[in-house]
Amino acid sequence: MMLKSKDLLGIKDLSAEEIINILDTAAVFKDVLARDIKKVPTLRGKTVVNLFFEPSTRTRTSFELAAKRLSTDVVNFSVPASSIAKGETLKDTALTIQALGADFVVIRHGSAGVPHFLSSVLKASVINAGDGSNEHPTQALLDLFTIRSSKENIEGLTVAIIGDVAHSRVAKSNIYGLTKLGAKVRLIGPPTLMPAAINNLPVDIYNSMEEGIRGADVIMTLRIQLERQNRGFFPSLEEYFKLYGLTGDRLKLAKDDAMVMHPGPINRGIEISTDAADGPRSVILEQVTNGLAVRMAVLYLLSGVKE
Amino acid sequence: MSILIKNGRVIDPAQNIDGHYEILIEGKKIRGVYPKAKGPKTDKIIDASGCIVIPGLVDMHAHLRDPGFEYKESIRTGTMAAVRGGFTSVCCMPNTNPVNDNKTVTEFILRKNYAEGACFVYPIGAITKGQKGEELAEMGMMKEAGCIAFSDDGRPVTNSLIMRRALEYSKIFNVLIISHCEDLKLSEGGVINEGFISTTLGLRGIPKAAEEVMVARDIALAGLTGGRLHIAHVSTEGSVRLIRDAKERGISVTAETCPHYFCLTEDAVNNYNTSAKVNPPLRTERDVEAVKQGLKDNTIDVIATDHAPHHIDDKYNKEFDAASFGISGLETAFSLGLKLVEQGVLSLKQLIMKMSVTPSGIIGIPKGTLAEGADADLAVIDLSGEFIVEPDRFLSKGKNTPFKGWQLKGAVLKTVSKGKIYEWE
Repeated sequence: MMLKSKDLLGIKDLSAEEIINILDTAAVFKDVLARDIKKVPTLRGKTVVNLFFEPSTRTRTSFELAAKRLSTDVVNFSVPASSIAKGETLKDTALTIQALGADFVVIRHGSAGVPHFLSSVLKASVINAGDGSNEHPTQALLDLFTIRSSKENIEGLTVAIIGDVAHSRVAKSNIYGLTKLGAKVRLIGPPTLMPAAINNLPVDIYNSMEEGIRGADVIMTLRIQLERQNRGFFPSLEEYFKLYGLTGDRLKLAKDDAMVMHPGPINRGIEISTDAADGPRSVILEQVTNGLAVRMAVLYLLSGVKE
Repeated sequence: MSILIKNGRVIDPAQNIDGHYEILIEGKKIRGVYPKAKGPKTDKIIDASGCIVIPGLVDMHAHLRDPGFEYKESIRTGTMAAVRGGFTSVCCMPNTNPVNDNKTVTEFILRKNYAEGACFVYPIGAITKGQKGEELAEMGMMKEAGCIAFSDDGRPVTNSLIMRRALEYSKIFNVLIISHCEDLKLSEGGVINEGFISTTLGLRGIPKAAEEVMVARDIALAGLTGGRLHIAHVSTEGSVRLIRDAKERGISVTAETCPHYFCLTEDAVNNYNTSAKVNPPLRTERDVEAVKQGLKDNTIDVIATDHAPHHIDDKYNKEFDAASFGISGLETAFSLGLKLVEQGVLSLKQLIMKMSVTPSGIIGIPKGTLAEGADADLAVIDLSGEFIVEPDRFLSKGKNTPFKGWQLKGAVLKTVSKGKIYEWE
């Protein structure tokens, strides 16, 4: 089964079946990554353009490696140094990439909706690698894959997402993905970091960390952008850590086998303490590895979708 | 040359006329209104069969972009768009380049309009020099040069003391201070209404409170000073309530809204549709209903367009965050207003009042009537005439509209402006 759309713009648009399909396919590719020769000729001759308007070494490297493991050619379009800085319109950039003959465009942009715009202009498959505060679908897929690797069934799990939900595309994509697969989602954080009317989604909101993580199966901490402190979202990093930092002690409130996740890069001592980040329940590095398999699956499945 | 307009249903709320009359135009003036078949014989006859004949519409809030941004619109194209939409008087906001904050710019606009404008243009001067909100502009000299009101347009006067001074000082000239109500700290970085849609699109929201806080402040200052305050483009339920309350308390405040605030909700921005990106943003169904109620009970006095033409590169070929705010509104306003008549919110007469008579009165210009001696400004409109909104056919340079493809009623067939007849199929 292939995906319905030629693009992966967000989890919001995917059905539960499509999500499961991607996760199943990723499992196959994870086996490939465990081999001595970690490469398959599946997409030989195809071209992936990584178009990153925001710096992101991790996600870009992950997409680049995933593409290479499938034998595609990869071009990194580094934007700050390019014509965008000189005032080229988004549409012109898109058409330039089209003219280069890309089959996939992996796009990261600070403004929500840019992948949607590109998808309307380009014949190539557009993969959203993070757009503003909107979505980061492959991160959510790799999170779902990681949860499924240890918990088997996502349905019925209680997942606590902690921190800056308002500005987090990772949180948004995860909320869509987790709820579509039947998990119960709790959002924990100060009201200043909760997006407007988020309770229209099937989530429970907690301002107390202790209440929120009690009995949770999965704990996802989000990255705090350090400059948020100056913007008045919370008074200080110290107070944030005191109220919402994930520590070993707090972790004891969750289920005994609760998983600790983080999209990285982590701020130790701000959203998570070292004992929680490096402890036995942490799957943070496993998430990184799974990211490769999931992105291979996405490229593979989209290659079969014809406009 | 004299022209007789025959066979139309003449509606002139200013004279309380609604019936079949004939109107004689001589040169640039109206010479008389006669009972059916009683008008004098003339060489030129306009047959208005099946149509209404109304005073030319008056838009008290438009952007003509001239001088400085003629690639978006010019006085020539903006006034052509106006007459295409049945407008014969347009007030233009001062956010030009240079800003209309001194009499030289005001005179430039008026002179250019005299040379190439299709309708009357009434400049609105800036309240403060450079629209910076720091020092009052030379209101007296600008009034003398032809400014009919003052506004810093999209850049609200954030300093409450300066706003107080503006409302006080304007009393010398009895001119209107028009306020774009927005608390810039509350709206900072916002591009659409704050709510569930802003969350699901991941776009920064502008809360309704950003507007209401300033409406409340300005009403308080109008109460303090006795200056004449006009609230531009009302978009929220709370603003309507504040204005209604202020009017009941006898404060000198008037208000306008625009067709998009009673025709559209925030749903129109779904799929990152920059056509529907406006400031203030499109709100919710509740707000739309409140705006309609405000129009109905005269809390909101005027329907203006906030005509904001933009170039395609500024509006469409950009990320949503960076796209310009605004709708090119002159050519669709009356037909969208007619929806209120269809819905029973306003009578046809009330709609015409809010789009010609009332704004004329508020800004103090002798327009909005077909009385003998008035300027020959009028529109002939086929109320049942349907058309599809095709931005490519707009006479405005701004093709930016969220109403593309809408089927509307109320085709403007002819507009008489400055004594000249403009007609369309």
